[in-house]
Amino acid sequence: MREVAFDDVVNAVKNMIITTATNLPEDTVKALEEAYKEEKSEVAKEVIKQLLENAKIAREEERPLCQDTGLAVFFVKVGEDVKVVGGTLKDAINKGTELGYIEGYLRASTCNCFSRANLKDEVGYNLPAIIHFDLVDGDKIEIEYAAKGGGSENVSRAKVLPPAAGKQGIIDFVKEVISDAGGNPCPPITVGVGIGGTFEKAAISSKHALFRDVGTKNPDPELDQLEQEILEEVNKLGIGAMGMGGTKTALAVHIEANPCHIASLPVSVNVQCHSSRHMHITI
Amino acid sequence: MATYHLTTPLSEEDVRKLKAGDVVYLSGVLYTARDAAHKRLVDLIEKGEELPFPLEGSVIYFVGPTPPKPGDPIGSAGPTTSYRMDSYSPTLLKHGSRGMIGKGKRNQAVKDACKEYGGVYFGATGGAGALLGKRIKSAEVIAYPELGPEAIRKLEVEEFPVTVINDTYGNDLYQMGREQFEVKS
Repeated sequence: MREVAFDDVVNAVKNMIITTATNLPEDTVKALEEAYKEEKSEVAKEVIKQLLENAKIAREEERPLCQDTGLAVFFVKVGEDVKVVGGTLKDAINKGTELGYIEGYLRASTCNCFSRANLKDEVGYNLPAIIHFDLVDGDKIEIEYAAKGGGSENVSRAKVLPPAAGKQGIIDFVKEVISDAGGNPCPPITVGVGIGGTFEKAAISSKHALFRDVGTKNPDPELDQLEQEILEEVNKLGIGAMGMGGTKTALAVHIEANPCHIASLPVSVNVQCHSSRHMHITI
Repeated sequence: MATYHLTTPLSEEDVRKLKAGDVVYLSGVLYTARDAAHKRLVDLIEKGEELPFPLEGSVIYFVGPTPPKPGDPIGSAGPTTSYRMDSYSPTLLKHGSRGMIGKGKRNQAVKDACKEYGGVYFGATGGAGALLGKRIKSAEVIAYPELGPEAIRKLEVEEFPVTVINDTYGNDLYQMGREQFEVKS
C-alpha cells in the first residue's frame, strides 16, 4: 500500500486552486482565439478581445480572471492501493481548498442555502468543496478540479425524456436550455451534456464533461458526431459573446453517455462560462 | 453606434442621448450592490428612511469583488447576472438612480422603468474581472460590511468600459444582436 502524506495533498490542491484562478488554461485561450477569428459580429469580437486581454492581465499580474472564483468542484479517482496518512483524503482536499482561496485572495462564495449567510466563518472559507469520489485500480490519486461560477450554473437543467424522444429530443432540449439562457451564462460557453444513467448520473456526467479540454475530440465517433451537430445548432441561435449577438455562442459541446433504464432517457445540460478554469493532477 | 465618455452622477440629459449599442466610458463614482443590498435599499425607501448614498444620478454596479491583494484598492470586479435585481431596480430608478451595470437580460418592468424615469442599463463584460478591476481607482465599504462581498462599496473609476443594453427608448441590444445573427431553420 503506497502512502501519501496529508500535507502533500493539501499543498497540491492549494496550488491548483491558486493557479487556476489566475491562469486561463491553454485549451480555453486557444478556443477563444479561434472564436475571435471566426466571429462575424464586430461587437462580439470586441468582447472576445477583452476576454483575451483579461486573461493576459490575470496571468501577468496574478489577479483572478473573474470575481466569481466559484465553488471548488473535484472529481477524484482513488487507487485501491494508495492511502493518505495523517488525515483523510476528503479533509485534505477541503483544507487545500480553504488555504487556496484564502492565500490566493479569492472570493468565498459558499453560503447557507436558506439564510444565505456566507459560511466562511462557520464552516470554512469557501467550504465545503464539492467532491465526487471514484475507486479505481492502482496506487495513484488523480484529482480533476474546476472552479464553477454561479452565472452559468444557474441556467443549467436536467430532464428525463421518454426514450422515443431519441437524439432529436436531446438536441431540442439542449437548444432550449441555451436559448433560454441567452447572455446570462457568459458566452462563448462550453456545453456539458450528460446522457443516460439515472437522474443524478446524467447530471454528474454533464458536469464531468466540462472537465475535458476544450477543443479535444470525443473518442466515441457517435458522440463526436452528436457534439458537432449540437454545436452547429447552438451557434445558429445568434446569442454571441455576452449575449450581444454573434455566431460564436458556444466554443464546444462535450458529451458523456451512460447506459440507462429501458423506460428512461435522462439528459442533463451543464453550462460552463467562457472562463473555463480547470486543471488536473496525479499524485 | 456612438462612443461617449461620461462622468457620474449622470443627468437625465446624459442618459436620454444614449442608444442601445453605444459604448460608454464611465468616470467618477459607482456604488456597488447585489441582491441582499438591493433588498435593504428598497426597504429603506419604503420606510422613508435615508439611504447610505445619494440616489440622484447614481450608477449602481452589480458586483461582488474578490478581496484586494495588499496595496490594491480592490480585487477582480466584473459584473454579476442582473435579473436577480429586476424586482428592485424600478424602485431605485423611480427615486433618481440613472444607471445600472451588470450582465444578462432584464425584465420588461426594468425596461419600462428606464423609459419612464430616464435610466439606462449598461452591460460590462462578464468574466473580465481582472481588466475591469484595474479601472477602479479606489474602493470603500460605505454600508453593510457584514454582507462581505455583497456590502455596498463606493468605487472611484476611470474610463470604465460599458455598452448600453437597454436605453430610454425601449431598445434592447440583446434582442437586436440576436435577431441579426440568428439562423432560422
